[in-house]
Amino acid sequence: MQEDLVVIEELKKHFPTPQGTVRAVDGVSFSIVTGETLGLVGESGSGKSTTAYTLLGAYKPTEGKILFRGQDIGKPLSKRPKALKKEIQMVFQDPGTTLNPRKQVRQILLLPLGIHRVARNERMRRVRELLGLVELPEDYLFKYPHELGGGEKQTVAIARALALNPSLILLDEPTSALDVSIQAKIMNVILNIQEQLDVTYLFVTHDMSLMRNVSTRVAIMYLGKLCEIAPTVEFFENPLHPYTKMLLSSIPVLTDEEEAVKPEKVMSRGEIPSPVNVPPGCSFHLRCYDKMDICTREDPVMQEIGEGHYVRCHVFSTHG
Amino acid sequence: MTSPLLEIRSLHQQFETFKGLATVLNGVDFVVQKGEEVGLIGEAGCGKTTTMKCIMRILPMPPGKISQGEILLNGKDLLKVNLKRVHGVRGISMIFQDPTAALNPVFSIGQQLTDVAKYSLASGQRPSKREIQGSVIKVLQDVSMPDPERIMKNYPFQLSGGMRQRICIAKALIGVRDLLIADEPGTNLDVTIRDQILRLLYTLVENRAIPVILISHAIGAVRNLANTVYVMYAGSMVEVAETNELFTSPKHPYTQLLLAAVPRLTGGGIAKGITGRPPDYLKPPAGCRFHPRCPHAMQVCQEEAPVLFDAGDTHKVACFLYR
Repeated sequence: MQEDLVVIEELKKHFPTPQGTVRAVDGVSFSIVTGETLGLVGESGSGKSTTAYTLLGAYKPTEGKILFRGQDIGKPLSKRPKALKKEIQMVFQDPGTTLNPRKQVRQILLLPLGIHRVARNERMRRVRELLGLVELPEDYLFKYPHELGGGEKQTVAIARALALNPSLILLDEPTSALDVSIQAKIMNVILNIQEQLDVTYLFVTHDMSLMRNVSTRVAIMYLGKLCEIAPTVEFFENPLHPYTKMLLSSIPVLTDEEEAVKPEKVMSRGEIPSPVNVPPGCSFHLRCYDKMDICTREDPVMQEIGEGHYVRCHVFSTHG
Repeated sequence: MTSPLLEIRSLHQQFETFKGLATVLNGVDFVVQKGEEVGLIGEAGCGKTTTMKCIMRILPMPPGKISQGEILLNGKDLLKVNLKRVHGVRGISMIFQDPTAALNPVFSIGQQLTDVAKYSLASGQRPSKREIQGSVIKVLQDVSMPDPERIMKNYPFQLSGGMRQRICIAKALIGVRDLLIADEPGTNLDVTIRDQILRLLYTLVENRAIPVILISHAIGAVRNLANTVYVMYAGSMVEVAETNELFTSPKHPYTQLLLAAVPRLTGGGIAKGITGRPPDYLKPPAGCRFHPRCPHAMQVCQEEAPVLFDAGDTHKVACFLYR
């Protein structure tokens, strides 16, 4: 059994707004095993990006614990030691806005090395090495972001995240702004890097088909809470939570073989409620086709159904 | 064989830019038969939306310029019709990609829909206010909006993304007589909401028997609706086939690579993708515009631009491999 790199316990992140408290993340517990790719899937507004940002340190958790190699990092980023900061890096969704338009690729990649005081004569060598890792030619050093295509920008962003040899990279929908052919290339780069450097990924996305092909385990999030978490193959062969089934059956696919893998057609209905007014009981009961009486009253708890397969639903609870 | 509903012949759309002339549509040939659902796939910037906007005649000219080609609707060339009278000639509606940008934020839903109803029904007849109101309510019910009267008083910002897209579909349905163009409906929406929107669209199309052109990044969505699928690359059609045929045996190297790049629910890892970048429209490569990225490029590909060759009864490919 491999060790856990990150353990998140009952993490909550609430944002006070004039309309009421937005419960973006509302009690999430999971762990990330060293060397794996954990896919975090959910609709917009489900809190998956907030979870990643809190892990990065951009937000201070309202409640709960984040343990990184046993060390509590659920503090404001300013209190996090520098040596720990470099262990967790992030690749953002929109490559167009995350690179400084006035800096060359060389400068963009040098910046993290400068901040973390890598020896001066080492820096340029490291930058070249990074470009090699993400399979970009060396003449890209002197290009500005506007000279690059969307996919190339994202590649530079990945190189920047790798600069300090992090052990965990948070990928926040790194390919959702790109075309499928470019997505495939970026994903290959991402997977190659994992093979070479043994980094761990938290992969945030809404694309289930992509998840099927890259992640080790999949976690589904809905309204700030996890619904289901399972190893990838088990997850797609035996999805249990009604929301998971709804998501899976909503995916338009290309072949009949894929059609056969999808669970029986579950008509998706309703929309994700606002995280300000979370429905009582199970937050999914308004859209659920398997609703029981208890669902409107009591929030179900996570339960292990099979080997590493956890579901949070009353249908599967042993006492219910 | 009956004459097609819509036929685009060798359409060339150019844009005057500061850096020179960009030929964005480089000879588009496109046919929609009566009662047919046509899908159009291709990557960002390949000219899908531009083609549709040419049909709608909503591209700004200048800087745009149609240098060659014709768009025939029931045999009548739409490009020769005076822009002011084009509404009377064609009943084509378009659903745009971003429902937020397609609705005016300062008018209520009711006002926006009644305006469309007033002008699209106006040819010859003078409907009363009550009739217009009734038709708007009916169309809102058609797109399964709960409580249409209340929705009509709402403004776009009060509705969710999925609801806005339903309003846009309603708006397009009011005036549609000949053809509905759906340009990536649901791309900005979540999977489950997109599924709802697409299912709604399928039912409406089937019930009303309106021909549809569906453009989508979600290639699977096109597979579910369309009878015929066109594949577009860098301003021209590279392949057209009956849907099943296209998805089971794609012929053009671009189509093959594109379909392979889509991650599958059955697993099997990630394909290699397509090397290189889509071409710069200011300096497109000579000959076949795909040849710099093509694994099968030959000498002739650099010199000559391929036309659509027959590769089966319902299958045409613009590639010299199939000449």
